[in-house]
Amino acid sequence: MSKNWPLWEVFVRSKNGLEHRHCGSLHAADAQMAMANARDVYTRRSEGVSIWVVESSHITASNPENNGEMFEPAADKVYRHPTFYDLPDEVKHM
Amino acid sequence: MNNNLYNYIIGIADNSLILGQRLGELCGHGPSLETDIACTNISLDLFGQVRSYFQYAAQVSGDEKTTEDTLAFLRIEREYKNVLLVEQPNTDFGYTIVRQFLFDAYHLLFLRELENSKDQTLVAIAKKSVKEVSYHWRFSSDWVRRLGDGTTESHGRVQEAVTDLWMYTDELFHQTDADQAMIATGVGVNTSALKERYYQMITEVLEEATLEVPESKYWHKGGKQGIHSEHMGYILSDMQYMQRTYPNMEW
Repeated sequence: MSKNWPLWEVFVRSKNGLEHRHCGSLHAADAQMAMANARDVYTRRSEGVSIWVVESSHITASNPENNGEMFEPAADKVYRHPTFYDLPDEVKHM
Repeated sequence: MNNNLYNYIIGIADNSLILGQRLGELCGHGPSLETDIACTNISLDLFGQVRSYFQYAAQVSGDEKTTEDTLAFLRIEREYKNVLLVEQPNTDFGYTIVRQFLFDAYHLLFLRELENSKDQTLVAIAKKSVKEVSYHWRFSSDWVRRLGDGTTESHGRVQEAVTDLWMYTDELFHQTDADQAMIATGVGVNTSALKERYYQMITEVLEEATLEVPESKYWHKGGKQGIHSEHMGYILSDMQYMQRTYPNMEW
């Protein structure tokens, strides 16, 4: 058995925020402890009104070695940005 | 000045002050970063509550020279009226958690009743504090379950802490003259009425944690009269050092 508690990733939604944002990680023995620790470590300055925690091992991450093929092809395709036409006022949060 | 009210406020505040100081000692020394921050968060919650009580006590005292700072830092040992439980040392994480657990259950029941006090300032402090203390209770009782129902090592240590600290619990319900006078006027909380519920709360968690509920025939007491254990002098010398060395210092 590993001596260390598993690592968890913490996502916090701020009062006026629309989505949870990743704000850091911590160690905890289980989900309940991860939630308590997240509250104590990441919301003590009233940063948030909602917390998600997920065990880091459950996250599948892209491999930095593949960054070339993964991300560079998008770099020269500015026409994919919706900046070439006017947005109607009714469209929020773009 | 209303002596009974003043002494009553001091009696409540000193418990939180000394427990907060004990928890503050763990800053940078907790068993893990997360529990270290959790303990110091609780410490800061308690100090926040203490400030409200002391500001009120200073006002009640009618003495211009009495302030929240003089009450916190410039009294002598006999003038502190905290129960003996809260001055017990952070022997290990088990002791720290059990001390917290045994105090939180009382603190929570006490504040819920203080919300019905006839004194509106105390009601306001209680309303603000009860949310913080609900979390303290959740934190400490959760850890008692984890440690009690954990490994052989954690079970043994936390059982030792429960057995050792148990004999300090009865004092929580002792009433001073000021307590009785305040209960009679509807300002104070009748702690005798909380005792049965307190031991119920504690026993439920201990049983869940597979811990043995001690049966004490002897109870320590004295803190509420200002007669403290040997630990108190060390706590005060640590806590009062700055104000005594640099009188009237400010940040």
